[in-house]
Amino acid sequence: MAHIELPAGLPGIRALLTYRPETARPLNDLVDVLLRGPHTLTPGERELIATYVSAQNDCTYCASIHGAVAAHQLDDNEHLVELVKRDVDRAPVSPKLRALLHIAGKTAESGRSVTEDDIASARAHGATDLEIHDTVLIAAVFCLCNRYVDGLATWTPSDPDFYRQRAKVIADNGYTLATTTTNT
Amino acid sequence: MRELAEILLRGPHTLTSAERETIAAFVSARNDCHFCQASHSAAAAHHQHGDYSDVTAVKRDFETAPVTEKLKALLAIAARVQEGGRLVTDAHVARAREAGATDLEIHDTVLIAAAFSMFNRYVDGLATFTPRDDAAYDLMGQRMARDGYLGNQESGIRNRES
Repeated sequence: MAHIELPAGLPGIRALLTYRPETARPLNDLVDVLLRGPHTLTPGERELIATYVSAQNDCTYCASIHGAVAAHQLDDNEHLVELVKRDVDRAPVSPKLRALLHIAGKTAESGRSVTEDDIASARAHGATDLEIHDTVLIAAVFCLCNRYVDGLATWTPSDPDFYRQRAKVIADNGYTLATTTTNT
Repeated sequence: MRELAEILLRGPHTLTSAERETIAAFVSARNDCHFCQASHSAAAAHHQHGDYSDVTAVKRDFETAPVTEKLKALLAIAARVQEGGRLVTDAHVARAREAGATDLEIHDTVLIAAAFSMFNRYVDGLATFTPRDDAAYDLMGQRMARDGYLGNQESGIRNRES
């Protein structure tokens, strides 16, 4: 049960964003820009970063929903998403994305864990300043979301189809509208 | 992100801005982020006429600091959120409720702690410039307390560097 009284029937962060719409707006805008805005990293790659960080933080809700969105954006490759969550070193991603996922994982531990070698490795594989910046910021934002969702003990659905259906809504509508969309 | 900080730390609330900035500084100190803990400590102080004693005591040991039982209970929740959301237990929440915390105060404490877990990682993850001069942070804190987060922060930093 959640630690506070939240709107009934809404999972994870959606319950929280509905409970506190004033803070929902900047959070939704930030996630939408970071994960879906025009970028040299594809939306699927950016959702993989969010999914990886959420798995590292043991946040089942965030890892499930962002994993589902990532899969939807990557030709329904759920196997890839599972590898990123459970065994990232075996995931068949590009060397650049692997280096960025490594930076994201370090950021999730602590900002201070990111070293110049981590950055150099990403650059050596072709990562730009913006890609590095956004990787750190996506990781930082998901450290927020994971703590928010689990810190208030929100409802985490266990049915994978729930997340698959929701992922289609998000892929079509983004994050700024997702909280106001009533259909799953 | 500035809008989030403005709403969380300075919006109309049953927790004072000093209390909310103290939560932010406390979490930032636990995350070992010098920039954030120093600037938000200064903001907390300048919401209390420049008095640093409460926020300093909280950072040293919040359980013995001269703050309300409610704020101590909320800081205990913030400390768990800083480590990981799943570490907040029913007992932590019960303690906060017994001390008079409302749902909104508990919600915002968790969100402030989560948000500063983000800001701290953003600032340190990209190894941004961190002044070491206390006076620089005192000035930042005065501005944060007086003007909030939506104004032009960049001009303030340029003025200090010149």
